[in-house]
Amino acid sequence: MSERQRADDQLSAVGSADGTAHGGVPKQREPGEVVAELDDLAVWFPTPAGVVRAVDGVSLRVRRGETLGLVGESGSGKSTTGLALLRLVDPTSGTVRVGGEDVTRWSRRRLRALRRRVAMVFQDPQASLDPRLTIGASIAEPLIVHRLTDGGAARRRRVDELLDMVGLRGDLADRHPHELSGGQRQRVGIARALAGEPDLIVLDEPIASLDLSVQAQIMNLLRRLQRDLGLTYLFIAHDLAAVEHMSDRMAVMYLGRIVESGTPAQIWRDPAHPYTAALLSAVPVADPQAERERRRIILSGDIPSPVDPPGGCRFRTRCPQARPECAETDPVLAEIDPDHRAACLFAKEAVRAMRSA
Amino acid sequence: MKPVLAVEDLTVTIGTRRGPAHAVAGVDWAVRPGETLALVGESGSGKSMSVLAATGLAPRTARVTGRVHLLGMELTGVTEERRRRLRGRHIGFVFQDPMTSLNPVLTVGRQVTEAAEEHLGLTRRAARSRAVELLDMVGIPSAGQRVDAYPHQFSGGMRQRVVIAMALACEPDLLIADEPTTALDVTTQAQIVELVGDLQRRLGTAVVWITHDLGVVAGIADTVAVMYGGRILEQGPVDAVFGTPSHPYTKALLAARPDPAAGSAELVTIAGAPPSPLDLPAGCAFWPRCPVRGDARCEHELPPLVPVSAGHQVRTFYPQPSDGERR
Repeated sequence: MSERQRADDQLSAVGSADGTAHGGVPKQREPGEVVAELDDLAVWFPTPAGVVRAVDGVSLRVRRGETLGLVGESGSGKSTTGLALLRLVDPTSGTVRVGGEDVTRWSRRRLRALRRRVAMVFQDPQASLDPRLTIGASIAEPLIVHRLTDGGAARRRRVDELLDMVGLRGDLADRHPHELSGGQRQRVGIARALAGEPDLIVLDEPIASLDLSVQAQIMNLLRRLQRDLGLTYLFIAHDLAAVEHMSDRMAVMYLGRIVESGTPAQIWRDPAHPYTAALLSAVPVADPQAERERRRIILSGDIPSPVDPPGGCRFRTRCPQARPECAETDPVLAEIDPDHRAACLFAKEAVRAMRSA
Repeated sequence: MKPVLAVEDLTVTIGTRRGPAHAVAGVDWAVRPGETLALVGESGSGKSMSVLAATGLAPRTARVTGRVHLLGMELTGVTEERRRRLRGRHIGFVFQDPMTSLNPVLTVGRQVTEAAEEHLGLTRRAARSRAVELLDMVGIPSAGQRVDAYPHQFSGGMRQRVVIAMALACEPDLLIADEPTTALDVTTQAQIVELVGDLQRRLGTAVVWITHDLGVVAGIADTVAVMYGGRILEQGPVDAVFGTPSHPYTKALLAARPDPAAGSAELVTIAGAPPSPLDLPAGCAFWPRCPVRGDARCEHELPPLVPVSAGHQVRTFYPQPSDGERR
């Protein structure tokens, strides 16, 4: 099968195949329109040890008003995929489209406009806020860079409004990041992301460094903001339960590829790819009885080096159900149920065999 | 059975520029041979500090009071040298970041048995074959060759296995695991959890496992102590604490995680953030965030730890009914 065909397969994997035209006029927006899109994206980094294929053929679409969840372990390429949507990394091949426009080769100057339309919230709010700036100044920064407010008074009003939206008191505007708790700082990160009224917000592990009791607050806040403002999210996390909770559709990544995509219910209840099934079985649940009774699928070894990924199926070196065919064919992301796709020659069958083994 | 390690009324106060930080404000726990005690809590709850102080590893600026018994021997008041010997011989440590325990310029083989050479008097040659044995025991493939490799040549999960081998080299009576899987991927975490459980069953080691992850606790613990603001708010057998959580904090914490089986309803949240050890509330540390919130007594008076069932204790004036009783 050609690269081209594979890309088409993957495309419809995470978008309905209604044939939305590319390059449409961004002004006339309909519900469900594609906000951002990756087409057979590859991002390779040269390193002394060889070329790291961080992302190696990923296609996805994010539609207006939805949350697309991206889950994977370290080295899966999920964060690099998010960075590519902002053009914070340069694609090696493939295309990045935002609002129908191909931004893959945009110049640094034009990218400034893109960064208003696609905002990002990072894992560590401590590291993403300038410690010398007050909270108000941090939130005002995108307003100034993108010339969104006229004059200081209007800017202050907008900063107040943004603080209120994320549930922070207005007087926090005069504080510095170190005076805030981790949860408050992440709220500031979200306010900054909202400042430019973006079409898409890429949330890269937004709750990973927060205390458990604060994680729920931030997840509820993100969902409320989405409901009230019609926001579109790409929610990237290693926490399967959080991705399941937050997403309308989700994709599971392994070693630079999407290996399974579908609705959270499909992925959670009926995983088709052996990697997804192993990942699900590894997630501990806060129920001692269930933990004692459950049978884990323990994967052997570690994720292979992205410098030299295995030929054929990339998961075959750790797959408890790998068969000779798996070394020969690189499986495409194929539909197995409506809106549910998996890149496995023995999708479902291998999972059934693993679970009864 | 007598506890391997027991602490009584332990407090740790650390002098800072902004005043004394009450990192641990009076804690009692014990762990018996072959048993796993999980200390669970959010950042700043004092879970790690209570263990570091009990084993004599608290920072120099810390003032530690209370009593600590290791295998019946009083650890408080003994000389630093004696404490170091007892610790080295009887306790193994595994920390969150394996690189904090590993020396990047020594082969893993040397490091795994360094302590054993000192505490058990092994010769170099015996140490090397013991190192291979230990690396093999923790599941490092081709241990015979890998024994001469350096830490950077291992993945994160494999490095943590090396640290576990190091911790077990002296056949300790107690293994202290401080967030040992927090930096690892979930599939690697499953491997490490399984490995520690398996080794514990074979060697009969007692384990104190410090974590913020309630799912991990449910899988590994026999008993659990939930810490908050430097104190234990609830402790007991893992089934009792998870099955009938009686402190409003434990109950809220268990409800705050998204449950894929329960659909995508709004999550239960706990308002605000955990208290600073520099500024602990006078009464119940959880009172400012508590959904029950009781009365003025909660605000001003420290609730005692009271029993609710066999071995299950809770520090609140208002123990929560279980969901079953409420219905």
